[in-house]
Amino acid sequence: MSADLVIIVTGILVAVPCALLGTLLVLRQMAMVGDAISHAVLPGIVLAFFISGSLGPLTALAGAGVFGVLTAVLIQALRDTGRVREDSSIGIVFTALFALGVFLISKFASSVHLDLEHVLYGEIAYAPINPLVVGGTYLGPRTFWTLGIVTVLAAGLVLALYKELKVSTFDPALATALGLSPALVHYLLMGAVSVTVVGAFDAVGAILVVAFLIVPPAAAYLVTERLSHMMLVAVLLGTVSAVAGYYLAAALDVAIAGAMTVVAGGLFALAALLSPAHGLLAHAARRYRSRRAFARELVLARLAALGGSAPEEELARALGWERRELARTLRSAARGGLVETAGGEVRVRRARSGAGRERRRGRSTARWPGWR
Amino acid sequence: MIHLKETEAPPGAFPLEVRGLTAAYREKPVLWDVSFTIPEGQLVGVVGPNGAGKTTLLKVVMGVMRPAAGRALVFGRPFEKARRWVGYVPQRGSVDWDFPTDALDVVMMGLYGRLGWLRRPGRREREIALQCLEKVGMSEFARRQISQLSGGQQQRVFLARALAQDARLYLMDEPFAGVDYRTERAIVALLRELKERGRTVVCVHHDLSTVTEYFDRVVLLNGRLIAEGPVQEVFTRENVEAAYGGSVAFAGGG
Repeated sequence: MSADLVIIVTGILVAVPCALLGTLLVLRQMAMVGDAISHAVLPGIVLAFFISGSLGPLTALAGAGVFGVLTAVLIQALRDTGRVREDSSIGIVFTALFALGVFLISKFASSVHLDLEHVLYGEIAYAPINPLVVGGTYLGPRTFWTLGIVTVLAAGLVLALYKELKVSTFDPALATALGLSPALVHYLLMGAVSVTVVGAFDAVGAILVVAFLIVPPAAAYLVTERLSHMMLVAVLLGTVSAVAGYYLAAALDVAIAGAMTVVAGGLFALAALLSPAHGLLAHAARRYRSRRAFARELVLARLAALGGSAPEEELARALGWERRELARTLRSAARGGLVETAGGEVRVRRARSGAGRERRRGRSTARWPGWR
Repeated sequence: MIHLKETEAPPGAFPLEVRGLTAAYREKPVLWDVSFTIPEGQLVGVVGPNGAGKTTLLKVVMGVMRPAAGRALVFGRPFEKARRWVGYVPQRGSVDWDFPTDALDVVMMGLYGRLGWLRRPGRREREIALQCLEKVGMSEFARRQISQLSGGQQQRVFLARALAQDARLYLMDEPFAGVDYRTERAIVALLRELKERGRTVVCVHHDLSTVTEYFDRVVLLNGRLIAEGPVQEVFTRENVEAAYGGSVAFAGGG
């Protein structure tokens, strides 16, 4: 298999589980928990190393999984003391656990091959030269195995507990009342996030993991209206980021993880700008249209108050508007068949069609009876 | 109409029995030694000023919050053993309405308890959910994203979800809060229908002026239980003033 393909598949195997779980994290307003866990699992990896004497992919995953759940439990417990809010709780727990990991490494493991660089900053470019060899047999790139397991775990959790995850995210009180323990679901999700984060950051580095956990789901949130669609679109955007990011990096000769993150960020920016329902452009257009409609309405109401017609100058004075502003509104009102201007005199048109159209849109001047 | 499987509750036991219930947030008591019994087939209003422990009462009954003392029994058992008979309508503001889902899906969530872990909702659940939406006059909004519904429509979606639960006892947290007149009438009609079918409804309620019209019984709370019983006997000026501390615009019976 070519090195290109190994790196791209590795990227996709990170993007898919991150998109699935990240969707739930984003909806639970816990996006930064992924970042916290990616640091807090360090002592888990170190302890797993002490116990097993090696840093195989599965031992690291297991140790990290345990500490990921422990992180979630501690964050919850600290918050439940009522002394700190959730964000502070996350910050306190993950820095403390990370520090514990650093302490353990520097005290007991400085002589062995387990340096921070290796644990925290995996480099996706090394994926092709890191094969899994068991008993002398070459089994393909190591990342395919670790990340393959992670992807199966994450997808399995989401498929098996889809309705439980959905209801406990949307309405935890209902989930409790129905007997679908949101606490259990929460810790299962946290366990899956831990395993994903660890499996992935060993292969591609911590920041790319956090980016894949948050950015594609956040973009998908802007363009979808169903949870299942949001997950699928997040998976799609993550995959596109991985593939396009790789080729971008190759073309510009830059870091691969960085390029993938940049593409993900670019896709998010597109979604934020262009989403038909929640995009900034659509929002601005809607506001512009409603401002124009309101301006037309004001003109009509004021004209009605002035007896149905008035010189343009008087109308501008009555409204306290600039002439230019009034002229613009009159032009759009004339196009809508609402008013006509002849020799500086503005008159409300009685024609059925135009006024009727405006009324059907629910913008009749009847809303302002006091002005008549 | 697909016939909903009747969920038979044990006969003879009261739908809700609260004994010596005390609940506190970090040693600050919110409910103090509250005891009462709700008979079957009644519409019950839980009334009291802000901070009187009305929502807390529901939370304790449903096991979301642990009582400091005393207990609440649902059909004679702890809630965990009776949850299949209980339908819950939370306050509208308690969930994120920007969640990516539609009205039909929210109603189907009411059926998740009956499905249990791992099983997925199918066509049958969809049919039931559609019928429940129909009952609250919302079938045309079934596939509407929930953030695009008005407040009253959102409240009706919650009611449809409770209907889907097909419970014997309904616990509702201010279903009338912030809804328009049409929705208010729809809710009242629904409550009466539930009563006719022998269901029991316990509603946290804020509007004193409608208590006598909507409810058969009233629970007056102010941390302590001020009074509990049939509206005509219990919803008196003295009791309401005792609950609210001082004079209130009173529009009750006795």
